[in-house]
Amino acid sequence: MEHFISLFVRSIFVDNMIFAFFLGMCSYLAVSKNVKTALGLGLAVIFVLCVTLPVNYLLYTKVLGPNCLVEGVDLSFLSFILFIAVIAGIVQLVEMVVEKFSPSLYASLGIFLPLIAVNCAIMGASLFMQQRITMSPDSTQYIGGVSDCLAYALGSGLGWLLAIVGLAAIREKLSYNAAPAALKGLGLTFITVGLMAMAFMCFSGLKI
Amino acid sequence: MSNLKETFLTPLGLNNPVAVQVLGICSALAVTAQLEPAIVMGLSVTIILALANVVISLLRNTIPNRIRIIVQLVVVATLVTIVSEVLKAFAYDVSVALSVYVGLIITNCILMGRLEAFAMANGPVDSLVDGIGNGLGYAIILVIVAFIRELFGAGTLFGFQIIPDCLYEAGYMNCGLMLMPPMALIILGCIIWAMRAKNPELQEK
Repeated sequence: MEHFISLFVRSIFVDNMIFAFFLGMCSYLAVSKNVKTALGLGLAVIFVLCVTLPVNYLLYTKVLGPNCLVEGVDLSFLSFILFIAVIAGIVQLVEMVVEKFSPSLYASLGIFLPLIAVNCAIMGASLFMQQRITMSPDSTQYIGGVSDCLAYALGSGLGWLLAIVGLAAIREKLSYNAAPAALKGLGLTFITVGLMAMAFMCFSGLKI
Repeated sequence: MSNLKETFLTPLGLNNPVAVQVLGICSALAVTAQLEPAIVMGLSVTIILALANVVISLLRNTIPNRIRIIVQLVVVATLVTIVSEVLKAFAYDVSVALSVYVGLIITNCILMGRLEAFAMANGPVDSLVDGIGNGLGYAIILVIVAFIRELFGAGTLFGFQIIPDCLYEAGYMNCGLMLMPPMALIILGCIIWAMRAKNPELQEK
């Protein structure tokens, strides 16, 4: 339980997807122009992360890992292809289920759902999880079961949501400022994200 | 001929994939704390992009429109797996330094962007040139950011000390913040600022 909470809190603040690893930067910059759409994308990312990570975890530990399928065979080099296939497949499935059972949610997520398939945050989380499975069980970053996986997925997703909503709120205000013409827009956004990342660095000493 | 040259040259400057089209930012920022991994990453992306462009361009008339994204992803994922295995075999240290970011080339938006926008509509030769051009445009930004970060953050380039000892004795200190993630963002922001100041047509209204 302790490990569960520590993994969750650390993945929100210390190992934040955006500020520590720059994952999902493209959609982060493109969709952070207003708070409402940012919130929608953030929620969609949390949702997809929570579905794909446990599936990829089981796939890696039960099928791809060393000696899983056949004794003496290590299929882990196939992980890139299978992870991306699982993500693309699940995103498609989630899209169809949401469209069938909750048309209003589907309408509000709109274009974001299919785009998430190529969001680095999802693929990155799967690859980091693959790295963390091999860590020593004492490490605070160790992932040793489906529940750890869920904690990591939820934490990373929330961290991503926090980052995108925060940036969207700042950008809404920034658009009224008289910045130099060449700095306006993208340049200023990058520097703002840099400053936000610096603020998040103060969590890096956090010990739980 | 002039057309090919243009296809090759515009991504290096005015239509740079990172600084102008804002694609592939994730890996561009994460691997730039040192020059060596940055150059390896730039080359890997160039090779993968060029090959994927050619493959997709050859297949473009046979791929059904509805499943083209999946086909593109599979082609890219295969190439990335090959490059990742080659790196592990011949440049293990660099592949450890790049960690998950090699795998993340699959979801690099530059790849999907070029495949969708260029390879699906053009022949293999044009696509090859376009892939190399865009890959190098990406690599240039990586090298500039990594050069600044390694020089001021650690006082070295490619691991060799550049800042002379006498400067350290006189009280010069490395800026440790340069090696932290936030500075990558701020340096890239400044590069974009400089580019837009020089080319006013890129500025946002």
